[in-house]
Amino acid sequence: MAALSPLRLRHWQGPGLWAGALALFAAFALWGRDLAPWAFDWPRKAVLPVRRPISDAVKWLMNHADLGLFTFREATRAIAAAVEFPYRLVLALLSEGGQAAGLAVPALPWVTVVGAAALLGWRAGGAGLAALVAACFGFVALFGQWDAAMVTLASVLIAVPLGVAGGLLLGVAAWRWRWLDRALVPVLDLMQTIPVFAYLVPILILFGFGPTAAVVATVIYALPPMARVTTLALARMPAETHDLGRMIGCTRRQMTWRVMVPSARDGLMVGVNQVIMLSLNMVIIASMIGAGGLGFEVLGALRRLDFGAGLEAGLAIVVLAVAMDRLSQAFAAGRGGGRLGPGLWLLAGVTLAALMLPALRDYPDGWRLSTGPFWSDVMRWINVTFHDSLEAVKDAALLGVLVPVKRFLLGLPWLGVAGLLALAGWRLGGWRLATLAGGLAVLIAATGLWEQAMITVYLCGLSVAVAMLIGLPIGILAAERDGLWQVVRLMIDTAQTLPSFVYLMPAVMLFRVGDFTAMLAIVAFAVAPAIRYTALGLRGVDPRLIEAGRAMGCTRWQILTRIKLRMALPEILLGLNQTIMFALSMLVITALVGTRDLGQEVYVALTKADAGRGLVAGLCVAFIAIIADRLIQAGAARARARLGLLP
Amino acid sequence: MPRPKPEPKLVCRNVWKIFGPHGAAALDRLGHGVSAERLAALGLVPAVRAVDLEIGEGEIFVIMGLSGSGKSTLVRCLSRLVEPTAGEIIFHGQNLLAASESEMIRLRRHTMGMVFQHFALLPHMTVVQNVAFPLEVQGQPRDQREATARRMIALVGLAGREQALPRQLSGGQQQRVGIARSLAADPELWFLDEPFSALDPLIRREMQDEFLRLQSVLKKTIVFITHDFDEAIRLADRIAIMKDGAVVQVGTPEQIVLSPATDYVREFTRAVPRAKVVRAGSVMAPVAGHAAEAGAGRDGPCIPARSTVAEAAPLFAAGAEAVAVTDAEGRISGHLHRQAVIELMLAG
Ligand SMILES: Nc1ncnc2c1ncn2[C@@H]1O[C@H](COP(=O)(O)OP(=O)(O)OP(=O)(O)O)[C@@H](O)[C@H]1O
Ligand SMILES: [Mg+2]
Repeated sequence: MAALSPLRLRHWQGPGLWAGALALFAAFALWGRDLAPWAFDWPRKAVLPVRRPISDAVKWLMNHADLGLFTFREATRAIAAAVEFPYRLVLALLSEGGQAAGLAVPALPWVTVVGAAALLGWRAGGAGLAALVAACFGFVALFGQWDAAMVTLASVLIAVPLGVAGGLLLGVAAWRWRWLDRALVPVLDLMQTIPVFAYLVPILILFGFGPTAAVVATVIYALPPMARVTTLALARMPAETHDLGRMIGCTRRQMTWRVMVPSARDGLMVGVNQVIMLSLNMVIIASMIGAGGLGFEVLGALRRLDFGAGLEAGLAIVVLAVAMDRLSQAFAAGRGGGRLGPGLWLLAGVTLAALMLPALRDYPDGWRLSTGPFWSDVMRWINVTFHDSLEAVKDAALLGVLVPVKRFLLGLPWLGVAGLLALAGWRLGGWRLATLAGGLAVLIAATGLWEQAMITVYLCGLSVAVAMLIGLPIGILAAERDGLWQVVRLMIDTAQTLPSFVYLMPAVMLFRVGDFTAMLAIVAFAVAPAIRYTALGLRGVDPRLIEAGRAMGCTRWQILTRIKLRMALPEILLGLNQTIMFALSMLVITALVGTRDLGQEVYVALTKADAGRGLVAGLCVAFIAIIADRLIQAGAARARARLGLLP
Repeated sequence: MPRPKPEPKLVCRNVWKIFGPHGAAALDRLGHGVSAERLAALGLVPAVRAVDLEIGEGEIFVIMGLSGSGKSTLVRCLSRLVEPTAGEIIFHGQNLLAASESEMIRLRRHTMGMVFQHFALLPHMTVVQNVAFPLEVQGQPRDQREATARRMIALVGLAGREQALPRQLSGGQQQRVGIARSLAADPELWFLDEPFSALDPLIRREMQDEFLRLQSVLKKTIVFITHDFDEAIRLADRIAIMKDGAVVQVGTPEQIVLSPATDYVREFTRAVPRAKVVRAGSVMAPVAGHAAEAGAGRDGPCIPARSTVAEAAPLFAAGAEAVAVTDAEGRISGHLHRQAVIELMLAG
C-alpha cells in the first residue's frame, strides 16, 4: 500500500477524511431515505434464506442422517447415555440416593459432603482454606439451598473432567499438528464470541430437555479455553525440555505424555480453573434447558418476581463459586497443605455414624434459616419507600439517554454504517480489515436482523460507556495506591468468578424489567475488566519514564495525563475490548428481563426450539463482537507502534 | 607430545545447517563456497557452515564462540536433534544422517547423554525420578533404574537429596542432577551445552573441578560448549573456535594461545596469561641425544612435561636456575630454565 503512492495516501489521511465521511454520512442519514429506502431497511425479499436450511439440516441430522455404522440419532443417544450414567450416580450420591443403572446408591450424608470439601481445602491450602470451603458449604445448607446446590454440583462434577480431558486432547493435538491448530483457532474464536444461548438451541434439539443436555452444553462451552491454554502452555515450554525428551530417546507418545504435558502442569492448571468456573456459569444458565439446581431456582424466582427466593439461590451460587475458585486456584498454585491421613479416617467415621443414624443423614430442618420472606419484605419496603425516587432515576435515564440513543441508532442506514466501519477498518489496519468490518456489517443487514442488531449495539454501547466511566477513575485511583489496589483486585477477582446470572437479580429487584435494568446488570458485570486493565496498564508504565517526568518538574497531574495515561493507552484499549466482550455476553442473558435485541431473538428461538433462528441471531452477535474486537485490536497495535512499545 | 593423538570417535565432514525456507535448495544452487552474507540476503540463517571436526576417544573437546556463533546448533546437529542441511556425521563408522528415526532413538538412548544450560529438569519429579527418567523411558524396571540413579546421584555428590524436588535445589545442585541424569544410561558420547553458564562464578569454578574429577573416573568422549574462553582453557584437551557458524581454528589450548589463526581468535587470547596455558614440555631445553635414564641426575626439583609453566614457577622461588622436566614414563626429557619462565611470564 505504501508502495502504491504514499503521497496521495497521505493527502487522504488526517481529520479531513473523517470530517468529509461523517458529513456525507449525516447527509445520507437525514435525506437519503426517500432516495434509497433499501439502504435503510434491507428489502424483505433479499433477506438471505439461511434460517430455514439450518433448521432443516438439524432436523435432517436428527431424523435421517446415517453415519454408516450408526445413525446420528444413535450417536447422540450414546453420548447422552455415557453422560447420563455418571451424572445419575453422582447426583444420587450427593442428594437423594436412588437407582443408577440398576445399582442402589445410598445418599451421602450432608456432613460427609461438607467434610470432603473441607478436606480438599485442607489438602490444597491448609486450615484457612478448609475453613473457608466448609463455611461456604455450611452457608448453602443453612439457607436451605442444599438440594438445589447438590444438583448443580453434580452437573459441574461431571462436566469438568470431560471438559478438561477434551480440551487437553484437543490442545495437545493442535500443538502436535500445526494444520489442526490453524484450523482450530478461528473456530474457537467464533465459539467464544457466540452467545451461550445460541449453543443451547441445537443441543436442546439434539439431546432433548434435561440435565444430560445441560452437561453436554456445558462441556462444549467450557472446552475451548482449555484447548487454548493447553496449546499455549505446550508451545511456551522451553526448547530444552523438548530437546531433553529427544535426547533420552523418547517416542512421540512418551514425549507428549511423559515429558511435555506433565512439565506444563502449572499452565494447564490455569486452564482447569477456567473450565471449573465456566462450567459453573454454564450449568446455571443451562437451567433453561433443564439443568435444574440453583440456576433453576434463580430462573423461577425471576419469573415469579420472588426476590427473596432468588436472592438466596443467587447467594448460594456466589458461595459455591467462591469455594470452587479458591480450591482450584490453591491446587493450581501447588503450595500444598496438610496431610490427608487422619482427616480421611475422621471423615469415614463420621460418614459411617451418619449412615447408621438417620437423624444425622439430612441437614436438620430446625437449623434451616430462611431469609427469603425477610428479603422480600426489605424489597417491598425499599420499593414502597423509594418508589418515587427509583422511578424518577429510571425515567430520567430512559427519557434523557436511552431512548434518544436508541432512536438515533435505529434511524441510521445500514449502508452508511457499514461504510463507516469499513473506513475505520481501512484507516486502522488496511484493506483486509476494511473488508472484514464492512462485510460483516452488510451480512448482519442481510439476515434481516438489522434492527435487533442496532438495539444490541445501543444497549451494549451505552453499558460499555458507563462501565468505562466508572472503571477508568477507579482504575486510575487504584493504580496510584497499593493498598486500594489490593482491595479492588480482590473485589474484581471475586466478581469475575460469579456466574453472569447472579447479576440480574439485584437489578431486577430495584427496577423491574426493561432496558434500564438490563443496562445496570451489564454494567455491573462488565466493569471489572475496565478497572483491571486500566490499573494494570498504569502500573505497568516504565518507571524510568515517570522518573524522567519528575526530574523535568512535572506535577502529579501532568505525570498522570502526559505520561502514564498516554503510555497505558494500548492496555486501556484492550480493557475496552474486554469490556465490550463481557457486555455482549451479559447482554444476551438480559433477554430474560425483556430486552428486544438479538439476545431476545436467541431466547425466543430457544423457547421454540428453532435452531436456525437461534444460530443466525447468535452469529450476528458474534459478528458484532468480531468487528469491535478487530478494530480495537488494530487501534491498540497502532497506538503501541506509535509509542514505540513492543507488540 | 604429552599424549598420543586419540582415535577419532566422532567425525563430522562439511556439516551445514541453514535455517529458513528451502535452505537445502539454496545451498545446492549457490554451492558450498557461498558466503554468509549471500545467504543472509536471501532471508536464511547459516547457523553452521562447512564444519569439519574429528573428536577423539576419551577427549574433552570444547567448542567455543560468542553468542549466536552456532555452537548449540552444531552440537544438536551431532545428535541430530537438529537435522543438518548437508554433510556427514560419522560415529563408529556409521553415518548418523542416514540412520532411521528408530535407529536414532536407539543410539540416543544408549550412546549419548546431554547436559543443558538451563538444566531442563522435569519440575514434577523428584531428583531420583529425574535421574532415573532416561532409564524409565527405556522401560527398565523400577528398582533397577532407581538403584542406578542413586549411584549417579552419589557420584555427583548429592546423596541425601534424592527425594527433593528440583525447585527446592540451588542452581549448582540442579545442574548436578542434570549431569547425573545425562550419565544414567552410561553413554559413550557426552554433550554439554554451556552447562555452567547459568551459575555464579564461584559455583562455576567448583563445578568445573567436579567435572574434571568425574572425567578422570569416567573417561567419556566429551563435546563441551562454552562461550567462556577461560573455561575452555581450563577444561579442554582441544578447542574449536567458532565464528558466524564456521570453525576458525582447532587446536590444543596451548596452540591457540601461542599461535592464534586470526585476529578474532587473538582477541580471546589477549587476556590469558601465557604461563597458565603453556606447558613445561613446550619451552624446555631438550636433553641432547636420548632422554636420560630414569633416576639419573635427579638431585634437583623436577616436574611433569604436562604441567603448565605457572605450576612450575614456585619451584624457582628457592633460587634454582633450572628444573628437570620428566615425560610420561618419568624419564627426564629436558630442563626448564629460569630465563625461559621469566620471559614467558613477562610476555603476559
Ligand atoms: N530454530 C531456529 N530457527 C532459526 N534460526 C535459528 C534457530 N536456532 C538458532 N537459530 C539461529 O542460528 C544462529 C546460531 O544459534 P545458536 O543457538 O546455535 O548459537 P549459540 O552459539 O549456541 O549461541 P548462545 O551462546 O547464545 O547459545 C543464531 O543466529 C540463531 O538466531
Ligand atoms: Mg547456545
